[in-house]
Amino acid sequence: MFPCHKLPQTTCLLPLSAGPCSKGPHRSSSSDFSQTTHDALYPGHIPTTLLQKSLLAVGSGVTALQNPYRHDMVAVLGETTGHLALVQLRESMRNDPEGFSILMERPRIRLSTLDLNKMSLMPDGSFGREYLCFLDDNHVTPDSRADVKFVDDEELAYVMQRYREVHDFLHTLLGMPTNMLGEVAVKIFEAANTGLPMCVLGAVLGPLRLKTSHLQTLFKTLGPWALQNGRKARCVLNVFYERRWEQNVEELREELNIDPPPVTVAKRSTHRAAEH
Amino acid sequence: MAASIKLFARRILRDFSRNVYVSASGVSTGSTHCRAAQSCRCLSHEAGDRSTHFGFETVLEEEKAKKVYQVFENVAQKYDVMNDAMSLGIHRLWKDVLLHAMNPQPGARLLDVAGGTGDIAFRFLEYIKSQEEKMRRREARAMQTPSWQEISTKYSEEQGAEPQESRAVVCDINKEMLKVGKQKGDSMGITSGLSWVVGDAEELPFGDDEFDIYTIAFGIRNVTHIEQALQEAQRVLKPGGRFMCLEFSKVSNPILSKIYDTYSFQVIPVLGEVIAGDWKSYQYLVESIRRFPDQGDFQTMIEDAGFYCVNYHNLTGGIVALHSGFKL
Repeated sequence: MFPCHKLPQTTCLLPLSAGPCSKGPHRSSSSDFSQTTHDALYPGHIPTTLLQKSLLAVGSGVTALQNPYRHDMVAVLGETTGHLALVQLRESMRNDPEGFSILMERPRIRLSTLDLNKMSLMPDGSFGREYLCFLDDNHVTPDSRADVKFVDDEELAYVMQRYREVHDFLHTLLGMPTNMLGEVAVKIFEAANTGLPMCVLGAVLGPLRLKTSHLQTLFKTLGPWALQNGRKARCVLNVFYERRWEQNVEELREELNIDPPPVTVAKRSTHRAAEH
Repeated sequence: MAASIKLFARRILRDFSRNVYVSASGVSTGSTHCRAAQSCRCLSHEAGDRSTHFGFETVLEEEKAKKVYQVFENVAQKYDVMNDAMSLGIHRLWKDVLLHAMNPQPGARLLDVAGGTGDIAFRFLEYIKSQEEKMRRREARAMQTPSWQEISTKYSEEQGAEPQESRAVVCDINKEMLKVGKQKGDSMGITSGLSWVVGDAEELPFGDDEFDIYTIAFGIRNVTHIEQALQEAQRVLKPGGRFMCLEFSKVSNPILSKIYDTYSFQVIPVLGEVIAGDWKSYQYLVESIRRFPDQGDFQTMIEDAGFYCVNYHNLTGGIVALHSGFKL
C-alpha cells in the first residue's frame, strides 16, 4: 500500500553525478532526485499506487480542462489512464515487423538525433522536408515532449513516449497545423487509431473550445475524415519514420491507408492567436 | 614554530571578529565569524564521509543543503498555494496560534528564520498594529474629558515622542523564497518595519543579543545540523528573549496517525504533481517530516542548546507542535 515510504535498502554515498540510475538526459526541474530513486524502472520513473494513479488521473484531468496549456497535465492524464491501450499497442507492435524493430531499437526523436541539414536538402514533397516545414511554420520543436513518469512497465513507458514523439509526424501526415482545430482533428485520428483514453477525452472535450466556424468544419468534414482514417489506417506506432525521410508524403499516406485531408486548415498566424 | 603561532593567532582573530550585517534592501551574504562550536564542525568536515538523511534517502551532509535548496527553489512560486491545498487552509490557523502564543508587544524585534514567503513576519506586523490600535483606543477612552493641562501634554508628546518601532527580519537561505515573500509584501503594501535577509540558520548574519523573539516555522527540519541552528538562535536572542518553533511532529493517536500517513504519502505528492508539477519535492517534504525527532526529543535538544522553561503544545493532534524556550 505504501511503496514510497519504506527505508532504502542501500545507502547512497555516491555524489549525484554518478547516481546508479542516470542513463539518459533529464528534462524535469527535479531531475536530480530521479538519480537516487531505488525503485525506478527507467530514468524519470515514479512508482505509484493505484490510489495515487486514480487521484492523479482525476486531478490532471480537471487541471488540463481548466488550463489546456498545462501540457504536463495532459501527459499525466495519458499515462495514468492508458494502461490497457498501451498493452494493446505493444501487442500490435510486437506482431508487426517494423513495429517490432522499433521496440528493439528504441529510437528517440530529438533535435540532437535528427539531422536537420540533411532533411532540408531533401526534395520537396518528401516526408522529411514536409516535417521540417511543419516544425518551422508552427514554431514547434521535437524536444518539448515531457518524459514518461507514471507508467510502471519499462517497455510500455517506451511505447507511451514513442506515441508522444510520433504526434508531430501525424500532424505532418494529416496536414494539420497546431492550432486548436488541427489538434482536435489529430486527436480524433489518434483516438481511433490508438484507443488511448486521453485521446478520446481530448477528441470529445476539445471541440468545446472551438469557435463556431471551426466547429462546423469539424462536424461536417474534418471530424468524420479523421475518424474514418484513424480506424482504417495502419497503427501509426508501427512506422519507423526515421527511415522514411526521403519517401514521398503522398506515397507514405497511401502505404498507411490515409486519405489526404478534405480541407486545408489555415496554419496558425499572429492575428489568430486567440483560437478560443 | 613561527608557522604554528601564526596559525594560532589567525584562529584567535577569527574567533573574535564578528560580521554584523542587516540590510533593509534585502540582500546580504553570510558572516565570516567562526565560533567555538563551529570548530568541531571544521574537524568533522575533514572526515568527508559523514552522511545524513534527505527524506528517506541517505546523502552526504554537504549534499543535503544543496538538495534542500533545490527543493525550495522549485516550489517557491507555488509554495503558498500548495500550503493551502495540502493543509486545507489549516496552516493559517497554526500560524495564528503561534502569534497568539507569542503575544508580541509594540517595540518587539522579531527574527523569522527560514521565513521564506513571510507568513510569520506579516502576521507579526499586523498583530503589533492591532495591539497599537487597541492601546490608542484605550487611551482615547480614558481621555474622554481632558483638562487643559492634559491636552497640552498630549500635544507635546505627539511632537517629540518616538516610540520604539517594532521590526521584523525575515531570514532565509533561499533567494527564490525571499523573492516571493518580498513580492507578497509589496503587494500587501507593507513597507516599513520589514527586512529580507539571505542567511543560513546554522550561521546567522547577525550579532549577539539582537532580537526579542526568534521564530522558525516549518523550517528547522530542513536544516542539516539542527543543534547548530538552535545554538545560533541562543546567540542572537537578547537575554529574556523567546525561541519559538512550529514544526511537524509525531502523532500519538494510532488512528489519526494512519489517516495522516495515508494522506501524506498518497495525496500530497499527487497534489504536488498536479498543482506545482513537482512530485519529488513534495515526496521529500513528507519524508522529511518522518525523519524529524519527536516532541520530547526536540524539547531535549532545545534544552541542550541552553534554553530554559522549554515546553511544547500539540496542535491538530500532534501533527504540528509548537515548541517554546527562553534565553535567560
